[in-house]
Amino acid sequence: MGPRGERWPKARPHLRNVFMYKVIDRIMQGVFLFCGLVTVACVLVITVYLVVSGLPAIGEIGIIKFLFGKVWASTASNPTYGILPFILTSIYGTFGAIILGVPIGFFTAVYLSKVAPLAVKKSVGFVVSLLASIPSVVYGLVGMLVLVPAIRKAFNLADGATLFAAIIVLAIMILPSIINVSMTSLDAVPRKYEEGSLALGATELETYLRVSVPAARSGIVASIVLGTGRAIGEAMAVMMVSGNVPNMPELFGSVRFLTTAVASEMSYSSGLQQQALFSIALVLFVFIMLINMLLRKVMSGGESK
Amino acid sequence: MKKKLFALAMVACLAVGCLAGCGSKTEDEVAGTVSTDGSTSMEKVIGSLGEAFQAENESIDFTYNPTGSGSGISAIEKGTCDIGLSSRSLKDEEKEQGLEETVLAYDGIAVIVNADNKVEDLTIDQIADIYTGKIKNWKEVGGVDAEIVVIGREAGSGTRDGFESITGTEETCKLRQELTSTGDVIATVKSNENAIGYASLASVDDTVKALTVGGVAPSADTVLDGTYKIQRPFVLVTKEGTKLSDAAQAFYDYAMSDDAKSVIEKAGVVPASK
Repeated sequence: MGPRGERWPKARPHLRNVFMYKVIDRIMQGVFLFCGLVTVACVLVITVYLVVSGLPAIGEIGIIKFLFGKVWASTASNPTYGILPFILTSIYGTFGAIILGVPIGFFTAVYLSKVAPLAVKKSVGFVVSLLASIPSVVYGLVGMLVLVPAIRKAFNLADGATLFAAIIVLAIMILPSIINVSMTSLDAVPRKYEEGSLALGATELETYLRVSVPAARSGIVASIVLGTGRAIGEAMAVMMVSGNVPNMPELFGSVRFLTTAVASEMSYSSGLQQQALFSIALVLFVFIMLINMLLRKVMSGGESK
Repeated sequence: MKKKLFALAMVACLAVGCLAGCGSKTEDEVAGTVSTDGSTSMEKVIGSLGEAFQAENESIDFTYNPTGSGSGISAIEKGTCDIGLSSRSLKDEEKEQGLEETVLAYDGIAVIVNADNKVEDLTIDQIADIYTGKIKNWKEVGGVDAEIVVIGREAGSGTRDGFESITGTEETCKLRQELTSTGDVIATVKSNENAIGYASLASVDDTVKALTVGGVAPSADTVLDGTYKIQRPFVLVTKEGTKLSDAAQAFYDYAMSDDAKSVIEKAGVVPASK
């Protein structure tokens, strides 16, 4: 039977055992359902575990002192657990990476998708995909060996391991995500929109920027969400270039992110310090959810116009 | 059909690869694995001991995980490794939790600066003042007019603990960068002309300059007779009441034996005398 109840000929008329086929069908549906449930279960388990492990420390330290305290001294004899430096550093770092990475990525995507000749598009596209698959440790290593001394010499600083270095590394890391996804959605804009615009007398550039881009808006916003997610969650690469001292963030100062705070201390922590690290992870999780929801709202707000 | 055969052949190759870990067991030797975890300063010593040990006991697999002293002590407490490695003595709370330490060797902590730095010698007080931020410029200690870039280790590091307790700067250090291994500190000091850092004497090579502290140059002799003040013990940490596996016990006995002393000396540290 078809989806609307109409009669369709049997799928494999040479097979006599229709019953067995239906059974196999059901079993496979069950397998797919199981796989889907496993995925959902993973997300649920992580969320629940984070909340359960992260709340006790927040309760003991006091939520205002925890979120707005300016001093993180977890191994001192009188420990204080204020994570405001980490929160601000993560916000500034992600924001900086987006300011640098999104324009470059966006215009590269427009160029590759609309203006570039096919040979250039294929080869540059290949290189961009390659960039996307480089592990973050490699970015961190190149950053540490090349970028940090370069920043030190260029800005006449005592030391190049700064928030600025981390922002540059993050911007380069999110470029491939933004370019790939934006390019795909720009490619998917129906040619007739562009042809219509050109026929009405718009120049090519006007067409691309005022017709194609708005038509591909949801994909482009999705690419920015992807990039943001990668930037805020990056630990390894920034740990090698940002100095790792829990100061309040300055552009040319040594800083520690939410992610590196957890990564630096987790292996040897115990007691309240370890619980505080779980709380940091919970705060990071909440941040990511907030950013995702905010960007989705912007996206769907635009579409309903 | 060809594609299927090819795919099947690849799967068979991968499956055979899983057997790569199997070996034959000689009857007289002990077999098994020894997993050690902890101090990054002890890398050279443990590396040499491990190699010498494996050369004599081919059926034992020796692994070393450089994660830092604090994390090595955590690991032995949780039971995730056979022997923990720490480049500081155990604290009282740690001993109360049932951990035991055996001193393997003594290592000096070298205070290193970039090879191009003119400064040759500092007193312990000057070092303490640099690390707490009272002395900010190299010209105050006889160098060029440049800001001092203070490099240190993460909070759980045994090297940091030893350095801070001897210079009296616990909890008051103002660091520019907190790195997570001895190797990172050496690499960073090597690449920055105005950096100062501290690292295990055994790991320091010719690419950076080790300062003399109060006139005393760091070396195996000055560590042994105590004239080089900034030193700390390398200890093997075990859990009281938990019996070591045969392989781990074999390694432990080897490391503490007289045969191992020459290996330890070659790695640049001073073996603990029995």
